[in-house]
Amino acid sequence: MGAYVNPIYPYKSPADLMATPPQRKPLIVIGAGPVGLAVAIDARLRGLDVLVLDDDKTVSVGSRAVCYAKRSLEILGRLGIADQACALGVSWNIGRTFLEEDEVYQFNLVPDAGHKRPGMINLQQYHVEEMLIARALELGADIRWQHKVTAVTPSADHATLTVETPDGCFDIEADWLVVADGARSPVRRHLGLDIEGRVFQDRFLIADVVMKADYPAERWFWFDPPFHPNQSVLLHKQSNNVWRIDFQLGWDADPEEEKKPERVIPRLKAMLGDERPFELEWVSIYTFQCRRMSDFRHGRVLFAGDAAHQVSPFGARGANSGFQDADDLVWKLALVIQGQASEKLLDSYAMDRQFAADENIMNSTRSTDFITPKSRTSKTFRNQVLALAKHHPFARKLVNSGRLSVPSFLTGSVLNTPDADAFAGNMVPGAPMDDAPVQVAGQDAWLLDQVGKGFQVMLFADAQPSPDVLAQLAFCRSAPLCANAPVQVTPLIVTPSPVNIPGIQVIVDVQGLVAKRYDATPGTTYLLRPDQHVLARWRTLDSVRLQAALARALGQFSPQA
Amino acid sequence: MNSPLKTDPNFHEPGRRFFRDFSPGDEFYEALIDAHNGLSDEQSEALNARLILLLANHIGDLRVLREALQAARQTD
Repeated sequence: MGAYVNPIYPYKSPADLMATPPQRKPLIVIGAGPVGLAVAIDARLRGLDVLVLDDDKTVSVGSRAVCYAKRSLEILGRLGIADQACALGVSWNIGRTFLEEDEVYQFNLVPDAGHKRPGMINLQQYHVEEMLIARALELGADIRWQHKVTAVTPSADHATLTVETPDGCFDIEADWLVVADGARSPVRRHLGLDIEGRVFQDRFLIADVVMKADYPAERWFWFDPPFHPNQSVLLHKQSNNVWRIDFQLGWDADPEEEKKPERVIPRLKAMLGDERPFELEWVSIYTFQCRRMSDFRHGRVLFAGDAAHQVSPFGARGANSGFQDADDLVWKLALVIQGQASEKLLDSYAMDRQFAADENIMNSTRSTDFITPKSRTSKTFRNQVLALAKHHPFARKLVNSGRLSVPSFLTGSVLNTPDADAFAGNMVPGAPMDDAPVQVAGQDAWLLDQVGKGFQVMLFADAQPSPDVLAQLAFCRSAPLCANAPVQVTPLIVTPSPVNIPGIQVIVDVQGLVAKRYDATPGTTYLLRPDQHVLARWRTLDSVRLQAALARALGQFSPQA
Repeated sequence: MNSPLKTDPNFHEPGRRFFRDFSPGDEFYEALIDAHNGLSDEQSEALNARLILLLANHIGDLRVLREALQAARQTD
């Protein structure tokens, strides 16, 4: 059934990993899903050795996470697979919501032009995982299939893992352990760590259908459509003529019965409304929970992705937030492992990503409560919002068929230095950076492709710099920028027209969009995190303030109040 | 005719910054549904009546209220 055949990855004997006493590795990742693989790739890019253990030998069975949001594509761009993913995936920005047969609301994920990546692509999880695996291997990550971790014993300065393979069991130690073994997380359970939240009493049917259809590449969501009365339906286009159709079934539905093709096919025929041929690629019945672990860091053990937090699927905030976990985690891990920051920096991983998880859980809970009202009153309100939406713009904004994944503004991050100067716009300390079209060395390029390897200072200059700005440019050339810091800070100059400043990277803000989006005037200086977030900003570059902000960003912050 | 009844999105909170335009409306809607938690249908109906009366008095302007009543009455 279906078009996709799962690859089988070769098993390699763990003979080289077995030793008495056990070997010690700097970094082990449990789970070769999207999040574990992203951690492994980023670790290699940041110069870390990494061993990945996975109990399976293939990629995702079924399409599973199909929506990859703009921020994930930006992260995947840094990791080196976004062009490939965008080429195979289906790009889309428009979502339409219908009540019965009428469209009541439409959204556009990227209302402003001038971003390299689209609002969203749809791509089957198995394709994304194949790309991630190839990239991780190319970068030298050591991935071991059919290596099941059956026990983890945390210690003060390492964790000991017991690993089961077809060639027997062995112990191995990790200075740092990243657990990305999915929603059921055997490691989390084994360690007896709590994950708390809310279980939703509803069931949904996912059908992946292979068919020729000319529906546009948009997200279509129906409340109470004639072909599936009183419930909701969601349609997404994936690559290679695969379509994702998601039917709400209600809590009383029998999952085993509903999975049977003789139950699924009539539902699809009613929806498609004609006799077009189709093939079922994958069918699954799911329920969901919105919950998270109380702490993503347990000493040397760090949890990421679904292992740490789960949401309802409305909003595509699962895999997308998992990529953001990896993005937040790895630069911090690299600085700690390489001795450039104290372990305390990793507390900020837990704080940043717990904050983001709470926001994701809040948004997906709100969507779920709108889509599946829990009381008669709640249903009345939902239906009357939909009724008002036909005539009134405010009600359209209240229609909540899923608030699609966008990155959190980490405004409360302990790594940020609060604004002292006045700024307009959204690029506040903690903001995920806005992209913009630029030119580099006469070639068209994108802002986000110029940042993300380490700490950077982005200084805005004008075409004929004033003596003040000239002095700041000269300061940028007087390498190193932060002489007493344990890390390098690289300057990046943004100018409206090409200038040649030897030894410094210059980007030309050809359309003025960088200056506009960052509310910049000549002399405006941004300090940027290695994961493309704003740390601090000022109207002039000042060495003392810069050093203080950098120290804070390296984990020399005071304990959270 | 200049309509005194606002029907464009208008949820906001002074001093708070929302980075996503749907957030303030979603926050209100959540609070509205939460206010009904644990109530019987009859109790919910009574709560809704009290809520309408409180908000109507807060608005006060009879032109706005007449228009709102008319808009609410429209069902097609």
